[in-house]
Amino acid sequence: MKVLVPVKRVLDYNVKPRVKADGTGVDLANVKMSMNPFDEIAVEEAIRLKDKGVTEIVAVSIGEAKCQETLRTALAMGADRAILVQTEDKVEPLGVAKLLKAIVDAEQPQLVILGKQAIDDDNNQTGQMLAGLMGAGQATFASKVELAGDSVTVTREVDGGSETEKLSLPAIITTDLRLNEPRYASLPNIMKAKSKPLDQKTPADYGVDIAPRLTTLKVVEPPKRTAGVKVADTDELVAKLKAMGVAK
Amino acid sequence: MKTLVWVEHDGKTVKDATLAVVTAAAKLGDVHLLVAGKGIDGVAAEAAKIAGVAEVHTVDNASLEHPLAETVSPLVAKLMADHDAFLAPATSNGKNIAPRVAALLDVMQISDILSVESDNTFTRPIYAGNAIATVQTSDKKLVITVRGTAFDKASPEGGNAKVIASDGAGLEQSVSTYVGSEIAKLERPELTSAKVIVSGGRALGSSEQFHALIDPLADKLGAGVGASRAAVDAGYAPNDYQVGQTGKIVAPEVYVAIGISGAIQHLAGMKDSKTIIAINKDEDAPIFQVADIGLVGDLFKIVPELTEKL
Ligand SMILES: Cc1cc2nc3c(=O)[nH]c(=O)nc-3n(C[C@H](O)[C@H](O)[C@H](O)COP(=O)(O)OP(=O)(O)OC[C@H]3O[C@@H](n4cnc5c(N)ncnc54)[C@H](O)[C@@H]3O)c2cc1C
Ligand SMILES: Nc1ncnc2c1ncn2[C@@H]1O[C@H](COP(=O)(O)O)[C@@H](O)[C@H]1O
Repeated sequence: MKVLVPVKRVLDYNVKPRVKADGTGVDLANVKMSMNPFDEIAVEEAIRLKDKGVTEIVAVSIGEAKCQETLRTALAMGADRAILVQTEDKVEPLGVAKLLKAIVDAEQPQLVILGKQAIDDDNNQTGQMLAGLMGAGQATFASKVELAGDSVTVTREVDGGSETEKLSLPAIITTDLRLNEPRYASLPNIMKAKSKPLDQKTPADYGVDIAPRLTTLKVVEPPKRTAGVKVADTDELVAKLKAMGVAK
Repeated sequence: MKTLVWVEHDGKTVKDATLAVVTAAAKLGDVHLLVAGKGIDGVAAEAAKIAGVAEVHTVDNASLEHPLAETVSPLVAKLMADHDAFLAPATSNGKNIAPRVAALLDVMQISDILSVESDNTFTRPIYAGNAIATVQTSDKKLVITVRGTAFDKASPEGGNAKVIASDGAGLEQSVSTYVGSEIAKLERPELTSAKVIVSGGRALGSSEQFHALIDPLADKLGAGVGASRAAVDAGYAPNDYQVGQTGKIVAPEVYVAIGISGAIQHLAGMKDSKTIIAINKDEDAPIFQVADIGLVGDLFKIVPELTEKL
């Protein structure tokens, strides 16, 4: 069984985003970029399913040439091969979903495991859109995945608790944080990943319209909070709480 | 513009999250609601009373007992032939359903809006709320999820909308089935509507200590209980307590962060709180940069003392 894992290159989650002075976006020059954390979890989950019937893991990334690094990371973790759909243009979730749909048509995977959201634009859309385009079942925010024959049972994190759904294959899963703890690639595996196959494509190869629908007019910093006062002890804190009417 | 709002409900009552979405929708035009479910007459009647709502569309069908995106989204897509915008709350259900609707309509969703600037322009947070983008869409139909804390709640009373039943024919087939759920029973105010929240972090050290320290303080303040991801991951608190970029977004009157360092992913979920109080033994903890009131010290000494004095 083949699994497709889309991985996005984003600003590393440890880096504090800085809004550019001209209001056009967040400054990405000379900052550390990494695989979207939820996508690492997706790659890890695909690898763990290898004892459960998964035979091939294909990692896909859509974006600039440097996304190759992200794909090499996926290969070093344990993916078998990779596809880079190279474009310098910003591709929105709808465009990404359309490209992924075309790749699904060509590759015929039984599962696509995506991150629940990319931590740059925080859209949380692509997996659901791909499922909609495919007419396939979707299990978003997965915290547990059990593969059995031609179906997959997924426990999902929902407001207030968890929910379990059973989907027929092919199906779409998006990962939440508690699904697993992604592995670090070992040095030998990083070396080995260099010789794993990485196909280079362009959006034109798939004949898909990915023209953006949204225009970003400006990007600003949120209203700043400033540090307030420090109180010396609980007596002072109690007094403040009483003054706010929170405590009697 | 005619808008269609997906009503989040539990089969019995309309969930609060819906009311903020109604406020956002009203800024765009006429507000119509969709109540989809099984045995939903009561919910529909309640929905029809929400102030400012013109029509309530209902679809009552056994296959809609649980709101699977696979069954709800084709229904919405059909109703969108007569509407210009679809809005859902940015709750786990809303986030699950809306993008699938967008794909069926071939439009880009605008996620988690904070404001309506015009009929095609909105603001939304990106990078865990470290930046706010103003985005304009060129799509003819809009699909939007709404951040509940960013809009006032519409009044649940005062409206008198027309209720229109649509049929749910063809809904029975689905590639997915609902198996079950475990929803925690809440003894305290729900986080997304609590006026006061007491949140504990990794520093609490164990589930026992978390509950022994945080719960009594929360009870004294009539507060909801939250947690950092580190506390949840360590098993000190259940999943649905998590506040942050990937947990709940909250904006209470008062947020008390206890033994929480203030990572950007945590701040993303609570920095719009009116007053932030932080208790941390490290005076350089980033949480103090956003706290209105800070108390530096050992929580194991401070929290029991505080609870005692309240
Ligand atoms: C993709 C992604 C998404 C994430 N999403 C979230 C999210 O939604 N929510 C979230 O919270 N995190 C999230 N995180 C994790 C986040 O980065 C931090 O790791 C986490 O918030 C840290 O939790 P903490 O503050 O409880 O723990 P720590 O950072 O370990 O802080 C513990 C604090 O307690 C203080 N302390 C220790 N002992 C005492 C004592 N005796 N008395 C007083 N103070 C004491 C310490 O000084 C320290 O400041 C996410 C991470 C990633 C990568
Ligand atoms: N450019 C991209 N290349 C590969 N995968 C992507 C890309 N954009 C989004 N994805 C996938 O879709 C998930 C959700 O992204 P989003 O809908 O943008 O929040 C990510 O976690 C990835 O798995």
